[in-house]
Amino acid sequence: MDDLQALYQEVIIDHGTKPRNQGLLENCSHQAEGFNPLCGDELMLYFDTENDVITEVKFSGEGCAISTASASLMSQFLIGKTLAEAQAAGEEFTDMTVNTPNEAHENLGKLTILAGVNKYPSRVKCATLSWHTLQAAIDKSSQPVTTE
Amino acid sequence: MSLDITKIREDFPILGQTINGHPLGYLDNAATSQKPTVVINAVKDYYEKINANVHRGAHTLSEQATEEYEKTRKKIQRFINANHSDEIIYTSGTTESINLVAASYGRANLQPGDEILITALEHHSNIVPWQLICEQTGAVLKVAPINEKGEVIVEDFKKALNSKTKIAAFSHISNALGTINPVKEMTALAHEYNAVVLIDGAQALPFMQVDVQSIGCDFYTGSGHKLFAPTGIGFLYGKAELLNAMPPYKGGGEMINQVSFAKTTYAALPYKFEAGTPNIAGAIGLGHAIDYLMSLGQEAITAYEDDLLAYATAKAEAMPGITIIGTANNKASILSMVLDGIHAHDVGTILDHQGIAVRTGHHCAMPVMKFFKVAATVRASFVFYNTKEEIDALFVGLKKVQEMFGRG
Repeated sequence: MDDLQALYQEVIIDHGTKPRNQGLLENCSHQAEGFNPLCGDELMLYFDTENDVITEVKFSGEGCAISTASASLMSQFLIGKTLAEAQAAGEEFTDMTVNTPNEAHENLGKLTILAGVNKYPSRVKCATLSWHTLQAAIDKSSQPVTTE
Repeated sequence: MSLDITKIREDFPILGQTINGHPLGYLDNAATSQKPTVVINAVKDYYEKINANVHRGAHTLSEQATEEYEKTRKKIQRFINANHSDEIIYTSGTTESINLVAASYGRANLQPGDEILITALEHHSNIVPWQLICEQTGAVLKVAPINEKGEVIVEDFKKALNSKTKIAAFSHISNALGTINPVKEMTALAHEYNAVVLIDGAQALPFMQVDVQSIGCDFYTGSGHKLFAPTGIGFLYGKAELLNAMPPYKGGGEMINQVSFAKTTYAALPYKFEAGTPNIAGAIGLGHAIDYLMSLGQEAITAYEDDLLAYATAKAEAMPGITIIGTANNKASILSMVLDGIHAHDVGTILDHQGIAVRTGHHCAMPVMKFFKVAATVRASFVFYNTKEEIDALFVGLKKVQEMFGRG
């Protein structure tokens, strides 16, 4: 499999063109806006928690297949995770895409499919936008977070 | 005279390489152009043989560097048919040129309630400097609309002008869409209200013959790197009477006549606006790039690039799932497209894998993208060293993108 096929695997095309958990959550416990000023990608992320465990996730916005697939896969991954687990996964995901694409990253499960973005420095931010936005939502940041 | 493209391509060493195992198809010329050997060698020769500061030392190297550096000013003057070489101010490029006019002319002349008129086609560099000066002076930024083809609606531009309009600023050619604006007509309209006119010529200079006196504009800006010269060098053309009346934009060496702690008097044009050691090598490179362009002939260049655009446009129109954004009647060789259901960045990455370099994104023209209700486009931009074979490769690549996304 060449780098390009590794990046645009079926799962990524599938989630990138038919994203799961799209929409918005009204009156949710956490929400934040993410923005990639270089390419104009925008993401609104919403989620609800019960006793610190994430129960429901929705997102909306505009982005490429990589950023949409990343947000879609993240939304599925987060359900049932505690905020601390979510935050740790975000850190590991960023580390995987930037520094350690070839390590196992068992904690990340299906998310490891996005490791191939490491070969495309200009696209790493597409994959990490949703996780930056998650962190902003956990921090209850009222300012849109950017990838810059 | 037609162009010998095979020979021209040999003048650009970068074009011969392979990218990701495919011959490079460089179709991102509206972002920056490639450099011919004559330009690369001019920069190298400057550093190897005559590197010295300009307008300073009484030594041989300084004199030689100054002579070469000043030659380019005269070449730019002739290239755009300015009345005098003192009307050519070296800058780092179009962005700095517009900022210079906004800061210097704007601060000295704008009152609260005055208006600056731009168009909905502008690059961020012809929007943000005006917003900054509006914040500082209380002037108001107004925007003339465009139509569905991506053309300025001249009737609405005319209606937006009034006695409060002090500055009208618009692009000669839109970087995002390729639209060629009727700049002479727009300039005349703005002058009816005594507004000064600035034209952003960054995209126009590589594409067509520009005559600032025929257009009648007050300011015209250019970037060397889009003109087959190095980055970090460009120019501002301004009518001498306006430039003479404007305060300096930066303070420092070179721009002074006499300095004391009580009072400093400023140098005459063009040096008043050129504080600090300039991009000497870049300026010399730009002079050689202009010589090169003039040796090919602007008319032959425009004719060839028009032909490439027509060829690429016909291919895009014939391909299902592609929409052209920007269909002005009068267009330069820029083709902006969107693919149904596929984001431009994914297209860019997949094309790169086939050796094809295009620009994907908002092209520093977010209001244009908003008007067309797209987040980003795939922009292919052609110059005289591009070929129909490269355009064929582009569309083979786009077909592959559609197949990967199950839309083939």
